[in-house]
Amino acid sequence: MRRLSASLAAVALACVASATWAQKSASDGIAEYRAMLQDGNPADLFEAKGEDLWKQARGPKKTSLMQCDLGKGPGQVKGAWAELPRYFADTQKVQDLESRLLTCMETLQGFDAEQIRKTPYGKGEQTTITALATWVAAESKGLRFNLPQVHAEEKRMFDLGKKLFYFRSGTHDFACSTCHAQDGKRIRLQDLPNLTTQVGAVTGFGAWPAYRVSNGQMWSMQLRLNDCYRQQRFPYAVFGSDVSTALGVYLGVTSKDAVAFAPAIRR
Amino acid sequence: MADPMRIRAQMAGEKINVRVLMSHEMESGQRKDANGAIVPAWHIQEVTATHNGQTVMTAEWGPGVSKNPFLQFTIKNGKAGDKVGVSWKDNKGDTRTDETTVS
Repeated sequence: MRRLSASLAAVALACVASATWAQKSASDGIAEYRAMLQDGNPADLFEAKGEDLWKQARGPKKTSLMQCDLGKGPGQVKGAWAELPRYFADTQKVQDLESRLLTCMETLQGFDAEQIRKTPYGKGEQTTITALATWVAAESKGLRFNLPQVHAEEKRMFDLGKKLFYFRSGTHDFACSTCHAQDGKRIRLQDLPNLTTQVGAVTGFGAWPAYRVSNGQMWSMQLRLNDCYRQQRFPYAVFGSDVSTALGVYLGVTSKDAVAFAPAIRR
Repeated sequence: MADPMRIRAQMAGEKINVRVLMSHEMESGQRKDANGAIVPAWHIQEVTATHNGQTVMTAEWGPGVSKNPFLQFTIKNGKAGDKVGVSWKDNKGDTRTDETTVS
């Protein structure tokens, strides 16, 4: 009898051990997988391409983007991404990285911005913007997020972004907050970051542009938000629209003082 | 023209640890597009690695290798300052060669 109970205890112990192991493998397994891929993150390829595109004379005006002002003065790239979206006096708008790059492509290089805005993601000049955004974001790696909240327009965009984050609509009565306002939630095996906290906001907002392994595509923040809206059954936001910028301001300001690590690798 | 590769070559003891990231669509030839037509195969077929100009590895690749492939291998008896080159050729005849210095 003693032997039996001892072996029963051993079985019970084994069950506990396997249960904790299974629990660990759910989220930690993905983290491990990501760490493995991080070493050879194909985002590096887009980064190199973006750097090249920045220096190349392109467009109808045959100029480079080296005089592009991303908020820290013409040609200043380092640290620019950690402070975007921000207010730009020349366009009198709060702009995020991608819409600002498009402005530069229009004013400096003479591209037709309206046409690029209508171009589907991953096609034509949209791939240029994504590559450029990947490189610019990578130049801020290791710096801390510090979005300006000085101009009245920047504060308005923060409030608008917060409102949009909690705005329930569509056929499923969904809001961003439905999935992203609580800790410890997941969808299938993916952990859902709580975007209302600094830690969560930087996991979500700070990772993009990111390389998606599942479809082999490089995604910018604009495309990420676009897909969020698709999943919510909302209409798509126009590229660089105030809606996407406002959400960027809300998430960016919430990420304040967190370390930038993009371009990341995602499932 | 094909986009450049990213090659990193670092000493690990007496061996060179080489990590290569290639930029390629690697279309398998098994997929169909929106109209139901087969997307023609377009993938890397031959990979060659050189160490100071001498071929140390050749590989034959097929449609099963992922998009933007990552390749890692080691070369024996290396030293810092050596040159490591990698080149590939795809089934459309396009090639790309890049070289780096071992650190």
